[in-house]
Amino acid sequence: MPSLSEHIKNSQIWKSIFRHPMPVDRRNRIVVVLTNFFLHLHPVSVKKQGIALSYTWCMGGVTFFLFLVEAVTGVLLMFYYRPTLEWAFKDILELRDVSSMGILREIHRWGAHAMVITVWLHMYRVFLTGSYKPPREFNWVVGVILLLLTLLLSFTGYLLPWDQLAIWAISVGSNMAKAHPFLGSAGPGSSLLSVGGINLITSASDARYGLLGARFVGEETLNRFYILHCIAIPLAVSLLLAIHFWRVRKDGGISGPL
Amino acid sequence: MHLSHEEFLQSVSGFLGMFYLALGLMNGVAAYYLWQLAEAQHHHAPTAEHPQDSHLGNKSFGCLFLAVVFSIMSPLAFSGSATMMAPISLPQFMVDGVNYLFAGSLGPVLYSTLSVGLLAVLFLGRRFFVRPVVAWIVWNCMLVLLAVCMTNPNFASIVMKPDNVPIVAMVYLLAFFTWLATAQAVKNDDRAKDGLPPLEKLDDEKILVWPDLVYTELICMVAITAVLILWAVVLKAPLEEPADAAKTPNPSKAPWYFLGLQEMLVYYDPWFAGVVAPLVIVGGLMAIPYLDFNKLGNGYYTIDQRKFAYVTFQFGFLVLWVTFIILGTFLRGPNWNFFGPFEQWDVHKVVPLNNVDLSEFFWVQWLGMPKPKAPPDVGAGAALGFAIWRELPGILLLLGYFTLLPPILATTVFRKFFQKMGLIRFMILASLLLLMALFPIKMVLRWSFNLKYIIALPEYLANF
Ligand code: HEM
Repeated sequence: MPSLSEHIKNSQIWKSIFRHPMPVDRRNRIVVVLTNFFLHLHPVSVKKQGIALSYTWCMGGVTFFLFLVEAVTGVLLMFYYRPTLEWAFKDILELRDVSSMGILREIHRWGAHAMVITVWLHMYRVFLTGSYKPPREFNWVVGVILLLLTLLLSFTGYLLPWDQLAIWAISVGSNMAKAHPFLGSAGPGSSLLSVGGINLITSASDARYGLLGARFVGEETLNRFYILHCIAIPLAVSLLLAIHFWRVRKDGGISGPL
Repeated sequence: MHLSHEEFLQSVSGFLGMFYLALGLMNGVAAYYLWQLAEAQHHHAPTAEHPQDSHLGNKSFGCLFLAVVFSIMSPLAFSGSATMMAPISLPQFMVDGVNYLFAGSLGPVLYSTLSVGLLAVLFLGRRFFVRPVVAWIVWNCMLVLLAVCMTNPNFASIVMKPDNVPIVAMVYLLAFFTWLATAQAVKNDDRAKDGLPPLEKLDDEKILVWPDLVYTELICMVAITAVLILWAVVLKAPLEEPADAAKTPNPSKAPWYFLGLQEMLVYYDPWFAGVVAPLVIVGGLMAIPYLDFNKLGNGYYTIDQRKFAYVTFQFGFLVLWVTFIILGTFLRGPNWNFFGPFEQWDVHKVVPLNNVDLSEFFWVQWLGMPKPKAPPDVGAGAALGFAIWRELPGILLLLGYFTLLPPILATTVFRKFFQKMGLIRFMILASLLLLMALFPIKMVLRWSFNLKYIIALPEYLANF
């Protein structure tokens, strides 16, 4: 009698999903990486040095994993949250008080902080190993954009609980846009942009207004940041991550001494 | 919410007890690991990778000793009573001493100088500090220092703010990873002196992704998940009062990762610190691969082979970015005043502001005449002319800084750079370096001469 596990592994369903036996021998260990969608990010074989923890610190990988954690917990949070002045704070309060054992929001928040830290550490390691040098210059540039987007993800998310911590942190941060040279109403040179003596750059048309959708952090801002945080920036990050990983492979795998 | 000292100690005792327990465990594991290594040495001949180390036994014993000490401290901390916790509390004279040092307006000066000095000592003495025994002792001291400071209510209240906890973690992570990188760099630099390839070269063989990489990744994912869940269970996400546009908190702080920039607002106006500086930082980071023409140090840890790039980056990252985030988070209180780590955040603390513009220095103090001022009801052009005339010293100084220094550098210290990079690339590098240097320069000018603006054009919102 074949055991149950063998029975499953010989079934048509199992075989339609996994196209080869368990990866226990050399041949199948190669095949698994080539045929599995998730594993095909990787090459089949790598230099031992390139995956040593002491070398990469696995920081890029950890950052990516945290991004995935944020995506999953973020979607779950969206079920409980409405981005309006009336509900935003109450929904978060409810999340805390009604499901007091829940740690969804905690995981999402600490994961976000952790991601900011791990991106920095990843950049730190890439710099210290000189891995931005040819042929990996462009991937470093992609990385810098990812760094910026990670900070913006965190920044836009910070507003959503709509508590004092949130609106004032965002007010302080976005006030900077008011001082944008030429484009901010309180920035140097803004009065130069005028037509027939009428200023084009005012507090209702400047860079800060564009960022907030209003003259101060209000409902428009909440809506704007919600969409940026839940849709626009994650999409941009996903695209850039695809390019980032593609380029790691195309630039010859993880760096190492020539 | 005002706690008596007893109540406060009670509130941190659980955390501290666990913390010392963890320290004890950490040292116990290290002792066991070293002991295993020592055992293995009896049976195997030393290899290049594992050279003979006759002190393993002693090291193991040292860790065991620390483990015992921490295990004794743990129940002391758990007790939560002032008398029991006295030996692991911050002594009052330390609190008074540090408060005294940081009182007055010298706080930021002292903090910045000490941080830079510390980093410089670590860098210059890196061969000493990366040695495992030294690093282990420093690491233990760092952790104990945190635990001891936690017995001070003012320190604890700031460090324990939920959103500040990650920054504490970051400081320790950075310390650890900087050690890890430097240790390998020092080894590689020593090997290079002997004509040997870097250590990374030794593991040149190809191995299969399944199982080696896939399993490592799996273990990392499990570990991160465990840490996150633990963190989430122990520490609740903050939720303050509902948003109220009429109630401005004091201090109002940006999210923590921008606090270095917010700190720069002390020295520069928002258009520079809040807009131009971030843009330059992003642009400068992107430019690094195209400015660093040094072919050495590609794909392995080294310091000696790329000293200029290394020091510049570390100055930007560890000093200008991280140190000032720490300053902005932990040491800036109401009205963005500086507070020592053990000082109470007092809304009424008054720090005299008597900063003076360069034009004031020039016209009034040196030439002994009033600042040039446009007569009333002149046209806009004439008013601008007068303003520029008034600020001419600062304008010339800044122009000279950006136009004269690059050629001087190109013909002196950076001659090789200039030859290798060509005009355009060199000018970009020089401008970026000079922009970066503006931050420490302005700080030092502020601290030593109370200089407010080099160019003060408030009527055009263009102070610098
Ligand atoms: C969301 C953020 C990011 C993610 C998820 C990510 C992910 C990764 C991963 C998984 C790798 C493979 C090697 C490793 O794990 O170290 C990698 C390599 C690399 N990353 Fe990133 N990265 C991010 C941001 C950055 C940033 C901010 C930079 C630099 C400014 C950067 C530059 C690079 C470069 C140059 C490589 C190739 C390194 C080598 O071959 O040794 N990345 N990245």
